[in-house]
Amino acid sequence: MSFVLGRLGQTVLVLLVAAFVSFSLFRYVGDPVNNMVGQSASLADREAMRAALGLDDAFILQFARFVGNALTGDFGMSYRFGQPVATLIAERFPATLELALISMLIATGLGVPLGVWTALNRDHWLSQVLLAASLIGVALPTFLIGIALILFFSVWLGWLPSFGRGEVVRIGGWTTGLLTVGGLRALVLPSITLGVFQLALILRLARAEMLEVMRADFIRFARARGLKPRAIQYRHALRNTLVPVVTMIGLQFGNVFAFSIIVETVFQWPGLGLLVIQAIQFADVPLLAAYLVLIALCFAVINLAVDLAYVAIDPRVRSGGGVRRTA
Amino acid sequence: MSALLSVQGLRVEIAQRHRVLTAVDDVSFDIAAGEILGVVGESGAGKSVTGTAVLGLLERPAYQAAGRILFDGRRIDTLDEDAMRALRGREIAAVFQDPLTSLDPLMTIGDQLVETMRTHLDLTQAEAVERAARLLAEVGIPAPRERLASYPHEMSGGMRQRVVLALAFCCEPRLIIADEPTTALDVSIQAQILDLLRAMCRERGTAVMLVTHDMGVIAEVTDHVAVMYAGRLVEVGPTRRLLAAAAHPYTRGLMASIPDMYRRDEELMQIPGSMPRLDAPVPGCAFHPRCPQALARCAGERPPSFTTGASQVACWLADPAGRSAA
Ligand SMILES: Nc1ncnc2c1ncn2[C@@H]1O[C@H](COP(=O)(O)OP(=O)(O)OP(=O)(O)O)[C@@H](O)[C@H]1O
Ligand code: SF4
Ligand SMILES: [Mg+2]
Repeated sequence: MSFVLGRLGQTVLVLLVAAFVSFSLFRYVGDPVNNMVGQSASLADREAMRAALGLDDAFILQFARFVGNALTGDFGMSYRFGQPVATLIAERFPATLELALISMLIATGLGVPLGVWTALNRDHWLSQVLLAASLIGVALPTFLIGIALILFFSVWLGWLPSFGRGEVVRIGGWTTGLLTVGGLRALVLPSITLGVFQLALILRLARAEMLEVMRADFIRFARARGLKPRAIQYRHALRNTLVPVVTMIGLQFGNVFAFSIIVETVFQWPGLGLLVIQAIQFADVPLLAAYLVLIALCFAVINLAVDLAYVAIDPRVRSGGGVRRTA
Repeated sequence: MSALLSVQGLRVEIAQRHRVLTAVDDVSFDIAAGEILGVVGESGAGKSVTGTAVLGLLERPAYQAAGRILFDGRRIDTLDEDAMRALRGREIAAVFQDPLTSLDPLMTIGDQLVETMRTHLDLTQAEAVERAARLLAEVGIPAPRERLASYPHEMSGGMRQRVVLALAFCCEPRLIIADEPTTALDVSIQAQILDLLRAMCRERGTAVMLVTHDMGVIAEVTDHVAVMYAGRLVEVGPTRRLLAAAAHPYTRGLMASIPDMYRRDEELMQIPGSMPRLDAPVPGCAFHPRCPQALARCAGERPPSFTTGASQVACWLADPAGRSAA
């Protein structure tokens, strides 16, 4: 329990640092007043604006206000779109999250079993093929994969859409493409594009860890105990392999969010990535600041989830509290 | 008279890119039911490789190149993997050096015991749990029923080695290969674990191949001793006889290197020089560069194993023909 609390504390700290960076960006990159009222405003107007925005207050007060607003989801108005930043992000967030989730699902669902299989069947020709393919998967640039997939499956074969989210269904404030055929079809190419690198990475790590564990003393002893190969491979080796693999999957999930900017551009995917590209082009500082905080939040949540997964998998992490009964 | 374990002419080779190394050669010994055989020799002599071969756990690049291994009169080195697996843990169990790494860190010790028993014996879950608790009590673990739910990291090294002993004994095997079962432990705990091992074996009539560096252990625990040097057995015989009157110069060197028979540490070898490496085998008697009594023929001719009294000795000094000639 203390472990989890400690991690929660760390998470809050990381978020505060992210908020601080994001606030500094907001406050000191360009002049917010200039950005809002435009070049033509009079000096008096500017002063009034400054006062209204509280820009003359003490730094720490301004930061506190920023954090306070952020906690209520208020990140101000976008310079570019003239809408509340929170609304813009809320609109785009589901598209990116669904894309990231599906691609990680593909990468994990294929990467772990294939990695384990190649470790257990090292001399099989298919292992060699998979290993070589995974090297290519790690090396190929994401946008190239996207373009190649579009060319093949959209342009030549005409099987799958090459841009957009297809049909989406709105449930409360959330738009999902997972419930319609059109939405799912639209997800295929972008999620594969985003997932290839992760798949290759997870496959290679799962394989390396599995090979390592299979050499461990306790596996040798398990064999000396006469356990069946399946029990040794899955009950003992695989579970020990999962600890580092889960860590990496968690970390990569954060990266998938970052990589999604490229994929969203290639597939004109209406997610956060596209929004951020536009925000960067127009120096839309409030939007960028909010995006930064959101990404930090995502990483923090993922890390927390990884830690909790640790607690579930590895008894060495569970410190002292409640010993489970066997049988 | 048929032995429980009979190793005959065992040779283990290790394949390397351009050559083949011989780690163990022409090793023959018997272990009778209930007998404790100590195996000694310098590091790299081939003790672990021999034990691993008996367990059928040799792994690439090592493999058995010659010889036969018989268990209870039945040849086991030619069994297929599944038949050998069924024997392992059931009839022939193992205890390895490091209790800290022998147990799966993610599984409770109760589950590891139950899993081993249910692999080999026809037991229900409840029966297996019951038996696991009794075993833990027998190996001297306090509050055994509660301890079933413990993970290895929650126990000390000595406690973990007790758990490993429980795992070795859980299916009532007839032979245990114990490869330096106490070397990794605190000196104060070593004697306890050895006493426990001996007591459990004596009670059940379990035979043991006990690999050790410790001549004190040999003196206290074993019935017979096999001395290995450079992949070969140089002397095998009753412990009493070897301690009192070792025939092989190498064995005598080992004895001389222990000032006090009951000192328990690893400073076994103070014979000048070192054992030949696998990739630079010595012709003739492998010990001759270090042997204080080497004869002229020792450098060129390898001594076969001569029977002197109850011992087998691979040394020209033990050659009945040579002695009469000298
Ligand atoms: N898988 C392997 N690959 C290469 N060499 C090996 C392998 N296994 C054993 N050897 C070599 O075989 C020889 C005998 O090793 P073994 O482990 O049996 O020695 P030992 O008598 O048990 O020594 P120690 O007292 O250090 O445990 C050593 O020279 C070792 O390097
Ligand atoms: S055979 Fe010769 S060299 Fe070898 S131990 Fe005997 S006397 Fe020494
Ligand atoms: Mg050894």
